[in-house]
Amino acid sequence: MNPFQTLRFAFGGLAANKVRSGLTMLGVLIGVAAVILLLAVGNGSSQAVAASIQALGTNALTVSSGSSSSTSTATTIKPLTVDDARALADTSQAPDIKGVAPEVSTSQTAIYQGTSHTVSSVVGTYPAYFEASNSKVSKGDYFSNDDVLNSRKVAVIGSTTATDLFGTVSPIGKVITLGGTPFTVVGELATKGGTGFQDPDDTIIAPLPTVQNAFTGFSGSLSQILIEATTADATTPAQNEITTILMGQHGITSASAVDFRISSQTSLLSTRTSTNQTFTVLLGAVAAISLLVGGIGITNIMLVTVTERTREIGIRKAIGAPKGVILSQFLAESTLLSMVGGGLGVATALIGAHFKIVGIKPVVIPSSVYGAFGIAVAIGLFFGSYPASRAASLRPIEALRHE
Amino acid sequence: MRLRSRPRQPPPDALPAPRGPVPILAVRKLVKTYGQGDAAVHALAGPRDADGVEQGVDLTVYQGDFVAIMGSSGSGKSTLMNILGCLDAPTTGRYLLDGIDVGYLDEHQLSLVRNRKIGFIFQSFNLVPRTTAVAQVELPLAYAGVRAAERRRRAMAALTLVGLADRADHRPNELSGGQQQRVAVARALVTGPAMLLADEPTGNLDSRSTDDVLGIVDRLNAAGRTIVLITHEDEVARHAKRVIRLVDGQIYEDIRQAPLQGLPPALLDPVEFASHTLHIGHVRAHANGGDR
Repeated sequence: MNPFQTLRFAFGGLAANKVRSGLTMLGVLIGVAAVILLLAVGNGSSQAVAASIQALGTNALTVSSGSSSSTSTATTIKPLTVDDARALADTSQAPDIKGVAPEVSTSQTAIYQGTSHTVSSVVGTYPAYFEASNSKVSKGDYFSNDDVLNSRKVAVIGSTTATDLFGTVSPIGKVITLGGTPFTVVGELATKGGTGFQDPDDTIIAPLPTVQNAFTGFSGSLSQILIEATTADATTPAQNEITTILMGQHGITSASAVDFRISSQTSLLSTRTSTNQTFTVLLGAVAAISLLVGGIGITNIMLVTVTERTREIGIRKAIGAPKGVILSQFLAESTLLSMVGGGLGVATALIGAHFKIVGIKPVVIPSSVYGAFGIAVAIGLFFGSYPASRAASLRPIEALRHE
Repeated sequence: MRLRSRPRQPPPDALPAPRGPVPILAVRKLVKTYGQGDAAVHALAGPRDADGVEQGVDLTVYQGDFVAIMGSSGSGKSTLMNILGCLDAPTTGRYLLDGIDVGYLDEHQLSLVRNRKIGFIFQSFNLVPRTTAVAQVELPLAYAGVRAAERRRRAMAALTLVGLADRADHRPNELSGGQQQRVAVARALVTGPAMLLADEPTGNLDSRSTDDVLGIVDRLNAAGRTIVLITHEDEVARHAKRVIRLVDGQIYEDIRQAPLQGLPPALLDPVEFASHTLHIGHVRAHANGGDR
């Protein structure tokens, strides 16, 4: 019995029960396609998150008020002030810092000609913010240092805010009322896009003193300070410089008693990536279970086939089929089932990956394709081996008597 | 000499060896018991000695013989057949097939013996479903590892011998019972086995198909093939050279109807043989022929 002959018998056996073989293959198909597609969705979403975080700028560091960890021994927490920001902007003490943008943020309702829109993020800051946060204007211009010094009521608005308030009309030069204060729109930011809960494009950015005057008051405390390091590699020395300068400013001597937090986009990125990996693993596990169920389907069908063909097995044994031939015939059948099912599953997944799934563009991981197909074939071999060995070890006389 | 002796003499290869008949199978003290204790069924027991101990069945079949094993249901004939066919193992006793002691063979060797030494013909034909006639006949050769071209050639030769060459591409469900049984006969003889083992080969056939199949079996025996046939029909047993009757797991009588060397009864004098047919339909047909 050569392998070709065995394969032909296997094809014949499967073709004899087309509906049953088809349904079994469908089980494997769904399993394989689910593994590949769900992993692709997980991969696609983590790539989207990485891209959106990249869009925020990887050079950026954020300093915010508050103790950095539960082990901190800070007794009092001094708020961050514009003086802190000024100290950080001193290039002789902090050579790795390129730009410093103190921030106050609030949430206000903007009104333009009766259209009202609640802006989740109204930021008062310095022009350095635009570069540090990787925000570029698509229309109009940024506000200037001069605007900051003179507390002019000008604003740069995000693309979502612009669409909600102005529709398709250009917002440049229009006056909006923000929390009762009129602001002249000087620029509109390019769309950043994002997958987080907060839309980064729903924002209004205005000079720091203007926002403090209008909304947060002149207490002098800042929400946070956005800092741009000279390069992406310089974020670590920049962090050290910030720590040294702020400890001096706040009169703190012990490094464990600092009353501020420094976070970088890179750390944010790694957190988000690991979250996404967990998500991907979970999706993959669910899909793997469906593949396993498909494998059990193979066992089930092969057991039925063996029972149904007991007599045929008996005949084959009576005319001299050795155990190995019967074994390989049934193994070939189950492997064929899983191989065809797996192949069709790969095809389905590759076609499905061209479509957006729940707003995420799936990105197929090549190793998942080989992996899922390989596992499907292995499952066919593994789950097929029990029915096959049962068939092969039937005693000919009992198999022949089977009705 | 060969030409001269053709009509009445078997071909030269079937002539017995000079030293006397060659045994194809020999069973000694064969006992088969199903179950244990009080529930035990003694399918094959043989005569008992004074203490009631089973002595087992002894039987020797020589090359070229045509043996019919008869018996009512429960007499142990099917059990004997299964043991002779290496489908079942005896409880005790020895079984020598073509000089090989089958009791010492493992599973794989037994499958080889079934493939090379025995050709099976079953009552219910036992063809592999959804397989063409020629593929059925090729199957034992495929298991024996014969090459495809050679396999096809030998399978077609066997099908021609049973008169079914024109049905080679038909599947079992496209063949009549008689044709199916003839395919089974072709499959049984294609490997050139030491003996053909037929278990009620005509049990599921009408009288015409029965005559067809038995005619083929007669010709095979005339060509020197050893045949062991199990039946409960006298009409079938009539074709055999030797008839063994089993009763309650032991040999009750052993009658020779024709000499070991020579043609089977049906071919010795075909006209005389046909006139004694036990088929009811055939008697009438024969009578009609006689009137005319």
